Amino acid sequence: MSQKVLLSATEISIILHRLACQLLENHLDFKNTVLIGIQPRGSFVAERLTTILKEEYGVKHIDLGFLDITFYRDDFRRGDKTLEATKTKIDFLVEDKNVVLIDDVLYTGRSINAALTALQSFGRPKEVELLTLIDRRFSRHLPIQPNYRGRQVDAINHEKVKVLWKENDGKDVIYLIDR
Amino acid sequence: MSELSVKHLLGIKYLNEKDIQLIFETADHFKEVINRSIKKVPSLRDITIANVFFENSTRTKLSFELAEKRLSADVINFSAGQSSVKKGETLIDTVNNILAMKVDMLVMRHPNPGAGIFLSKHVNAAIINAGDGAHEHPTQALLDSYSIREKLGDVAGKNVVIVGDILHSRVALSNIFALKLQGANVKVCGPKTLLPKHIASLGVEVETNLRKALNWCDVANMLRIQNERLDISYFPSTREYTQQFGVNKALLNSLDKEIVIMHPGPINRGVEITSDVADSKQSIILNQVENGVAIRMAVIYLLASKIK
Repeated sequence: MSQKVLLSATEISIILHRLACQLLENHLDFKNTVLIGIQPRGSFVAERLTTILKEEYGVKHIDLGFLDITFYRDDFRRGDKTLEATKTKIDFLVEDKNVVLIDDVLYTGRSINAALTALQSFGRPKEVELLTLIDRRFSRHLPIQPNYRGRQVDAINHEKVKVLWKENDGKDVIYLIDR
Repeated sequence: MSELSVKHLLGIKYLNEKDIQLIFETADHFKEVINRSIKKVPSLRDITIANVFFENSTRTKLSFELAEKRLSADVINFSAGQSSVKKGETLIDTVNNILAMKVDMLVMRHPNPGAGIFLSKHVNAAIINAGDGAHEHPTQALLDSYSIREKLGDVAGKNVVIVGDILHSRVALSNIFALKLQGANVKVCGPKTLLPKHIASLGVEVETNLRKALNWCDVANMLRIQNERLDISYFPSTREYTQQFGVNKALLNSLDKEIVIMHPGPINRGVEITSDVADSKQSIILNQVENGVAIRMAVIYLLASKIK
């Protein structure tokens, strides 16, 4: 197993700032826009973006939610392990809102598919966009593409993209691991 | 560990502490789901579950059926009253006929203790025991402990008294196993005739004075007097039972502290507890019912994920 650094802490920070600016450009004051991080790893991206938008760009209020998609996944009973759930925390309705789904790595698109189904339990959004920090090109199983992408990566199937966050893993770094 | 150590839920006796924690954590997520406006998730859309009830039940059956439907499983119901069991069909034949229709999981209530265990050795399906005679009622015990955890933060170290007919109660036995496994202190309280002779060997204390028991406990689980199981007279009259082992508001108010009141239902109002106790803010009886659906969703989800 070998691993190389795909993005360093500085690069991650620059990319997050760019993504925050792109969100700002399209959604301005976030009055009718909500950010939803896909649990567990997308929530870190969503939280970072919210912090940047509030502290550095003066957005006063952003509705931020976390969505667990475990019970909506299409691989129940298909793996060896029981799928373990994490917490869903969405304290608002998405009815008629612009929703930005946020995840760390877009790979097959199946998680996003599950997230779109799960989202229906919280209302009928006006529009749903997808933001992803890493977009693994050429590996999609479904016709799903991000509206905002941090970095596009050509990783082959036995490679794995691992995103680490300071608040959870001790440092900000993204590795490409060859298994 | 993110999966159960068992393939069936036959009794609390066969679970370990980690299993219970996993069930509770999973139930936390399902509790959030059933409080949404759309209360359904698609996890079990390719699973078929048969609810096989050889004994009457209202809330357990409803609760299981609701749990199954909220997980998107296909559900069929079977009640012994309207079936070929009356024509002399054996349990294994009945169940194998149901399973031949491609059923993946069975939820069974049966008047004979050990019916689920017997069946698990002879048929190929995941089995959930929804009560087998006076033996076990595991999902009830799980939802009881879950409700205590929700109300008091933890089960470990809490003092719990189970009051009433311990002799005929599957709820009592499953509760004792579950509470002991989680490190609670357990007392049983009731007329001597309704306390099994060797109950202390399960690590519980016996108390025949209700006031003493209530003063000791944090939680009192009041069991129903099951008139249908009382084949002989175990106490002189219902009135005398109520005087000695019934809880009323005056008794609760005279205690040193505020205790939590539980009841597995159905309540005989005015027998085990009076209406003002059942409907008081100390009572978590309706929380138990709500938690029952979340707990059953968790158990079904975790067992279904082991079906290959």
